[in-house]
Amino acid sequence: MLIEALFYVFGALLIAAALGVITARNPVYSALALVMCFISSAAIWLLLEAEFLAVVLVLVYVGAVMVLFLFVVMMLDVNLAELRQGFTRFAWLGWLTALAVIVEIVGVVWARGGLGIDAGRGATPTAPTYSNTLELGRVLYTRYAYPFELAAMLLLVAIVAAIALTMRRRAGLKQQDIRAQVAVRRADRLRIVKMDAEKRP
Amino acid sequence: MLETLATTWLSLPDYARSTAWILVITVVLIVCVALLTLWERKVIGWMQLRRGPNRVRLFGLLPGVGQPFADVIKLLVKEVIIPTNSSKFLFRLAPIVALVPAFAAWAVIPLSPTVVVSKADAGLLYLLSLTSMGVYGVIVAGWAANSKYAFLGAMRSAAQMLAYEIAMGFALVGVLMATGSMNLGTIVRTQEGGLLSWNWFWLFPLLMVYFISGVAETNRAPFDVAEGESEIVAGFHVEYSGIAFALFFLAEYANMILISTLTAVFFFGGWEGPLQGYAWLGLGDTFLGQPSFLWLFLKVFCLVFLFLWFRATFPRYRYDQIMRLGWKALIPVTLVWIGVEMLLAVYRIGPWSRAWYH
Repeated sequence: MLIEALFYVFGALLIAAALGVITARNPVYSALALVMCFISSAAIWLLLEAEFLAVVLVLVYVGAVMVLFLFVVMMLDVNLAELRQGFTRFAWLGWLTALAVIVEIVGVVWARGGLGIDAGRGATPTAPTYSNTLELGRVLYTRYAYPFELAAMLLLVAIVAAIALTMRRRAGLKQQDIRAQVAVRRADRLRIVKMDAEKRP
Repeated sequence: MLETLATTWLSLPDYARSTAWILVITVVLIVCVALLTLWERKVIGWMQLRRGPNRVRLFGLLPGVGQPFADVIKLLVKEVIIPTNSSKFLFRLAPIVALVPAFAAWAVIPLSPTVVVSKADAGLLYLLSLTSMGVYGVIVAGWAANSKYAFLGAMRSAAQMLAYEIAMGFALVGVLMATGSMNLGTIVRTQEGGLLSWNWFWLFPLLMVYFISGVAETNRAPFDVAEGESEIVAGFHVEYSGIAFALFFLAEYANMILISTLTAVFFFGGWEGPLQGYAWLGLGDTFLGQPSFLWLFLKVFCLVFLFLWFRATFPRYRYDQIMRLGWKALIPVTLVWIGVEMLLAVYRIGPWSRAWYH
């Protein structure tokens, strides 16, 4: 009963936030609404006893990706009027994409005989000793070890590519060599001159 | 009398007991923050050969004890100015966003062998995700205020947090490897057995990385470029006044206590006593040989003191040096040490000679 009520609360929040993402006039508000989306979906996953996924969703998307996203959105000088011009012009494309996604999801669920999903029942309760994190780790490191490591390699390649694409060295760029700065000794900079005191003329 | 109280307490339903603990922890934490601000000013005063606050007395106690309470009352009755052309809703929301993670994190922290609000199995991940959410308060505040200085502070803070979070996460991976659990209670329990069996001994570089990143995450000196009053006035909270400013202050100090507690839990054995496991000392049943909340309190007190000591001692880092330290020094250290841990685990040395690692 309580869980159902919570589900509807978070579901409503999720829908409201998702609408906020596309209707907010300011891109910063959109990004923050997207954060709210992630948090409410994490809460729904928690209700489904998938605590590992829920926490990782918040950790990765809210904690890292969206911070970067906000960082960029705030830094960029987005021309709001220009953005709004496109809204009606490209709306049909948005509707089409949404429709395609819905058809795909429904199609998969329907074609595979509902995938054993019983919408009216909610999550199957697990034993109190059951640890979602432990089970996921066990599967990831045994049965799916190769796909898991392949995904990791893919990410590494992406990181290297991103850095290689954006890094550029201009010729004649003046930079501080911090190692040299730290290694400086007194003798390199300071010369103490011994001289006799002189009489004032 | 006490017995009836105890039985009534135990007969209460789980949610009632949890709610009671949440209330107790929150109130105690707020009082701790108030006293910590006083303690900070006193300690820094002594280090700089001053007296620190010494005017406001409380019930005729030591001079200065009433200072934080006087400050709170002052801030409460001041006007909260909302700048024109600011984003009104986000401007009001930001202090709350900063404050919530600092308090919510206490849900999974084991305070004593029996007291913990939630024995979550993914406790460590939960903590990581909450500490990473703290940055939103800063970013939103900086942006909503419609002020260049505030915005600069927010941008600095965002970049800094991202850099140090990675180092922090990697340090926690090391802890995870040494204890074999993400449940904070289990992490503490696996460290049982006295001073040298705590994680700090085998994970010393990770302890250093974690604590330094913790100082950076809380935007404390010497990493407080988000405030940087010599460059950008007061950084992200420059436009805040009255109680809205006080909430940021509260969040910062609550985060300090939180990071200290986490360091104590992950690296110094939480509520375990330092002399446990040394049977030849003959302390078995006495307070010194038993785990208790007081040990945790003592450890947290010492670690919080370090924060104050840093602030009184170190000059502020230059911004590019902060980034350099985070990306090029701390992250490689953690990676190397995780490699060392793999070797230790293979040869069953240190924490890996214990029973859980068969």
